[in-house]
Amino acid sequence: MPSGATYIEAVREALHEELTVDDRVFLMGEDIGAYGGAFKVTDGFRDHFGEDRIIDTPIAEAGIIGAAIGAALTGLRPVVEIQFLDFLSCGFDQLTNFAAKCHYRWGAEIPIVVRGPGGGGVGGGPFHSQSIEMYFIKTPGIKVVAPSTPTDAKILLKAAIRDPNPVLFIEHKALYRQPALRETLPDKSVIGQLGRAAIRRPGDDLVIISYGAMVHKCIEAAEVLSQDGVRTRILDLRTLQPLDDEMVLAAVKECGKVLIAHEDTRTAGLAGELTSRINENVFEWLDAPVLRVTAADTPVPYNKELEKAFLPQVGDIVKTARELAAY
Amino acid sequence: MAHNVIMPQMGESVAEGTIVRWLKAVGESVDRDEPIFEITTDKVDAEIPAPEGGVLLEIKVDAGETVEVGTLVAVIGEAGESAPAPSAASSADAAPAPQEAAVEPAAGPAPAVAQSAAGQSAADLRRTKSTPVVRKIAQEHGIDIAQISGSGLDGRVTKKDILAFIDAGGASAAPAAVSSAPVAAASSGSGIQVGIPMSPVSLYGNDRIEPMSKMRRVISDRMIESKAYSAHVHTCFEIDYTRVDGLRRKYKSSYADRGGRLTFTTFLAKAVVNALGRHPIVNAAHDGENVIYRGDINLGIAVALDWGLIVPVIKSADDYSMLALSKHIADKGERARTKKLAPDEVSGLTFSITNPGVFGSQWGTPIIPQPSVAILGVGTIEKRPKVVTLADGTDTIAIKTCGYVTLGFDHRVIDGAVADQFVSDIKHTLENFDESAM
Repeated sequence: MPSGATYIEAVREALHEELTVDDRVFLMGEDIGAYGGAFKVTDGFRDHFGEDRIIDTPIAEAGIIGAAIGAALTGLRPVVEIQFLDFLSCGFDQLTNFAAKCHYRWGAEIPIVVRGPGGGGVGGGPFHSQSIEMYFIKTPGIKVVAPSTPTDAKILLKAAIRDPNPVLFIEHKALYRQPALRETLPDKSVIGQLGRAAIRRPGDDLVIISYGAMVHKCIEAAEVLSQDGVRTRILDLRTLQPLDDEMVLAAVKECGKVLIAHEDTRTAGLAGELTSRINENVFEWLDAPVLRVTAADTPVPYNKELEKAFLPQVGDIVKTARELAAY
Repeated sequence: MAHNVIMPQMGESVAEGTIVRWLKAVGESVDRDEPIFEITTDKVDAEIPAPEGGVLLEIKVDAGETVEVGTLVAVIGEAGESAPAPSAASSADAAPAPQEAAVEPAAGPAPAVAQSAAGQSAADLRRTKSTPVVRKIAQEHGIDIAQISGSGLDGRVTKKDILAFIDAGGASAAPAAVSSAPVAAASSGSGIQVGIPMSPVSLYGNDRIEPMSKMRRVISDRMIESKAYSAHVHTCFEIDYTRVDGLRRKYKSSYADRGGRLTFTTFLAKAVVNALGRHPIVNAAHDGENVIYRGDINLGIAVALDWGLIVPVIKSADDYSMLALSKHIADKGERARTKKLAPDEVSGLTFSITNPGVFGSQWGTPIIPQPSVAILGVGTIEKRPKVVTLADGTDTIAIKTCGYVTLGFDHRVIDGAVADQFVSDIKHTLENFDESAM
């Protein structure tokens, strides 16, 4: 078995370290205590940190987030687990109308983290597989993070917990236990930086911009494209709000051709926003129209074959990238 | 103390150079040996370094202008120092740069760009408008996109295409002083007297006029000159490369490990160099009166560029082992494509090899670069069925790796028998290649 930590172990390690170094940090969520969480992220935490800091809640997302905001106002640093991020819609008002606006309205910092598994590809069906990022990216006042590797999951979650703003931390459930992603995690002193993208693969013929689990499909696609002689850069956004405009625009300038790939549905997906920013700022550097590969504009199908057709696959990315390379 | 910067002599036979662009503006400080402007000449394109450090006080020749070697083009001095008063010989009052002349659209047949975009198809627009980045680069370099052949969708000019075009010296074609007048032979500015003047070319409705780039014009003049002077004869041999191909495969990776690049050209170059040593008349020059037997074997190897061609020269090529030869060929080819050749690397050839076979040509009839007296053209190398006689005397058909080579030679100097002996020598060397030379 390959050594190193999986993505879910990285999330667990980040939480454990922050709970250890900062007494203000505590966790709330459904079944996170006695049961250890639906995905077992916090297994054993209640015995180690106690019931006061690992709090089981009723099934009431608005209540959980509301309580977290109240705790944050008193100086604590709550981390809320949403069992599936699809359920965050039940807490939408607390997050978008209250947490996101406190600092603007009253100067009150709300240092809460709302974290949980998002995304599909595991046969979870329409209520347990959605990409929910755009509902929140669109709301000023919330940061949104979507790591693609165990290292990022760890160091960016630690950064999110230490950030003074409300942060939505989107873990990808399809990556949780991927053995191929195992890697040695950085030491506990390493804290990531929100708002910075990363180049996962160098190249200057075209750039594929992506995030989350889709990054790995893009890397696979880039390998295929390299056999055509197309040097493809893979840019992993890592943080979706705020976007790393500097790295995105530099990549466009250097490559001239841009493909945006995301697992979220097409209409009003992040690709639309990125394309606008590219047009506004670096139109003169474009050597082709900006193209996108996204999920279809439908709910996530339950049937595994249909879900596969719904989600962008490596072949879809390769096909569109080849069109772009030949443009 | 002000220092004069002059148009340098780039190669022995070069009389003038065109400033492609200034890399420094007046008032900017420059270090000694820091490139300050780019030039294109008959031979090479190059960046010219500052002869002294200081501040660029004055630019006397603008980008786009062509001046004689030795012309004062700029003055470098200390900050605050003023440039010497321009002398009467200064080009400051010279005619406006060609670019300026192109600002006013020429009257007459409207160029394609004047058409409204509304009536054009997406494919038409891709070809003529390309993309924002290509248009931006074209504007910066004063290039008409239409003069570049595109490799993209519907023949669109891609960013790579235009950058390659500029690298190959295409930007110097920029003057775009497109005249709508019929093209006359005299307008080529060539010093070559062919004897019969060219008739004016009538223009048809959809024609596009493109002035020749500097490189194109030089190639044109040299080719006409050679055809006019030399009594071209060509002889063609088929070579069996089966043994060479085997050696190439066997040693390719060990050469690569040592920084070499073993190709068929390496073997050909070696065989040619050996044969030239044994047939000095082929490694000669002719001035119309005398035959000049060259003391060194300087091998020119033609490199096709997207915009024309260039012939880097491997001096004293007979000094080199196969490994060194392979490195020199690869290095010069690479630097030809990236515009990094020094002027003396493209002059002084005594014999040359051209390789149209890489584009699929079976055999060609190459033109001899003056004043040398022969050139070898290499045709495509491929597997062919061949009749071979077995040890027991029976004939059978075998698969052999074969290709044609053509020697173009100047019959004023070289007789047919000598030429054929020379190519036979190359053929013999290749078909029985000495493995100990590897």
